[in-house]
Amino acid sequence: MVNEFLPIGVLIILAVALAIVVPTLGYLFGPRRYVPAKSRPYESGMTPFGPGTRRVSVRYYMIAVLFILFDVEVVFFLPWAVVFKELGVPALIEMGLFALVVVVGLVYAWKKGALEWE
Amino acid sequence: MTLDFTPILPFMIVAGAALALLVLDLFWPVRLKWLTPLLAAASLLAALVVELGQANYLRAGLSNMVIIDNFSVFANAIFICSGIAAIALAYDYIQRTGINHGEYYVLMLFSISGMLLMSTAADLIIVFLALELLSVPLYVLTGFARPRLDSEEAALKYFLLGAFSSGVLLYGIALLYGATSYTSLHGILSAVSRGTADMPLVVVGAAFLLVGVAFKGGVVPFHMWAPDVYQGAPTSVTGFMSVGAKAAGFVALLRIFVVAFPPVAVELTSVMNFLASLTMLIGNIAAIGQRNIKRMLAYSGIAQAGYMLMAFVPFGNKAIINDSVASMIFYLAVYAIASFGAWAVVVAVEQAEGRGLDIDDYAGLGRRYPLLGVAMLIFMLSFIGLPPTLGFWGKFYLFRSVIEGNYIVLALVGMLASLISAYYYLRVVVMMFLHDGANITVRRNWLLSGLVGVSALAVLLLGLMPGPLFQMAADALLRL
Repeated sequence: MVNEFLPIGVLIILAVALAIVVPTLGYLFGPRRYVPAKSRPYESGMTPFGPGTRRVSVRYYMIAVLFILFDVEVVFFLPWAVVFKELGVPALIEMGLFALVVVVGLVYAWKKGALEWE
Repeated sequence: MTLDFTPILPFMIVAGAALALLVLDLFWPVRLKWLTPLLAAASLLAALVVELGQANYLRAGLSNMVIIDNFSVFANAIFICSGIAAIALAYDYIQRTGINHGEYYVLMLFSISGMLLMSTAADLIIVFLALELLSVPLYVLTGFARPRLDSEEAALKYFLLGAFSSGVLLYGIALLYGATSYTSLHGILSAVSRGTADMPLVVVGAAFLLVGVAFKGGVVPFHMWAPDVYQGAPTSVTGFMSVGAKAAGFVALLRIFVVAFPPVAVELTSVMNFLASLTMLIGNIAAIGQRNIKRMLAYSGIAQAGYMLMAFVPFGNKAIINDSVASMIFYLAVYAIASFGAWAVVVAVEQAEGRGLDIDDYAGLGRRYPLLGVAMLIFMLSFIGLPPTLGFWGKFYLFRSVIEGNYIVLALVGMLASLISAYYYLRVVVMMFLHDGANITVRRNWLLSGLVGVSALAVLLLGLMPGPLFQMAADALLRL
């Protein structure tokens, strides 16, 4: 019981230790040069513009939902593909039904305009 | 591995119709929109025919994940009929409240398909799947009157609490799997009776399952969502929810506990006893103070859940469990009929922008619309359980099975709760006949009138001869 989980325990300890040791080394030995650019908010490397509290369009969330949908679908496809040869044709039909359900969802979302940006 | 979908054919019909209508409704022009409810009702009728054809057809299917017996046939007939009634309830209502989207019927079909799967589930994975399939469309339907704020609020409340209870249920399934290394009901039972299971974990898992399912059925103390959600949801959805979701919860409870958990009955019977008493008393007492008819019917539904749970208390007693199951699903059918009638009256009386929902608004309606008033009287008498209505027989069989199980105190609490309930049920009728009120015009629509009329006649006629319906319920045995 203990032996089975020992590698995971070692991994956790190593991860925590690494997270503590590496920044500490950087803190102790790294040079410190303060320039104005370093204290600016980080915006994906661009020069920041506008106030930080402005409203952001949540339009993207619809795309995100659809992405999750198909992401999860692929998760289900993977184990099926691994044992596909043993399961054979019935599994193919069942997977087809599953894919059909998801595709109907996509058709619905498409027709309803969830994929239109404007 | 072979593919044989015949055991879940009614489910396939309803789910297939939902998928097809979802796409069709997008593509056909506005003048053909009336086809959606028509085809939805037609698919439900087809499913009903197939379902009834499966009577006395005992078998397991889909790698023993589902099981067909007369119990599932009876329960599914209730679900399908409540679906048809819900379409009749909604057709006019969603048009005049401006929420006439085809998705309404599609979501309802999805929810019903979840219920159909629920009653046949022989594996906890299917139970969970079915529960989600029936709940998620209901969350959306609750918020269907968007942007009306109380509808959105109700949907969010229902969703959050529902997701939480699903989590509890899933935790229970995980614990049971951990304790017995099975998720199938028979596997759990055999592991427990072989003595290879970790018993404390099994009890905890069963208790978690009970909590998750009790939430769906609106059992005290997991009922707090019900009044708010029932009030906020569009009335036609509330009617569907108060019958369908509740019935599905109880059907799942019956199947899981009667098949898999008789060995832990010693531990759980007292819990059920307590829950049933609490549900009957709190539901009925809280209903007295309600001014809004939807809230009142919500608390009444909670109280009715208590009565049904009452018959379930002796679930570990092999000698009388068949009687208990029969009286419970008979009561489910009784409750469904009277409930749809009462909700149809509420839908007919409801005015634009949510007015006409207070019990005070019913003043004088009985004099101006005698048939409506008499129908409401019949439904309320049935809820109380007075002869000659069907509700009397429902309560009669319930109390009989409780007394057979030697739970005299519980039966007395049930009687007391029924007495309390007479006050608030009859207040509606008194308001309709003995008070003068503002001139509310009742919506006339043949579907609604038909629903009220058929329900009222069914409650009366079946109340005069309950034998055939009870015989069907008595034949609806669970295959153990």
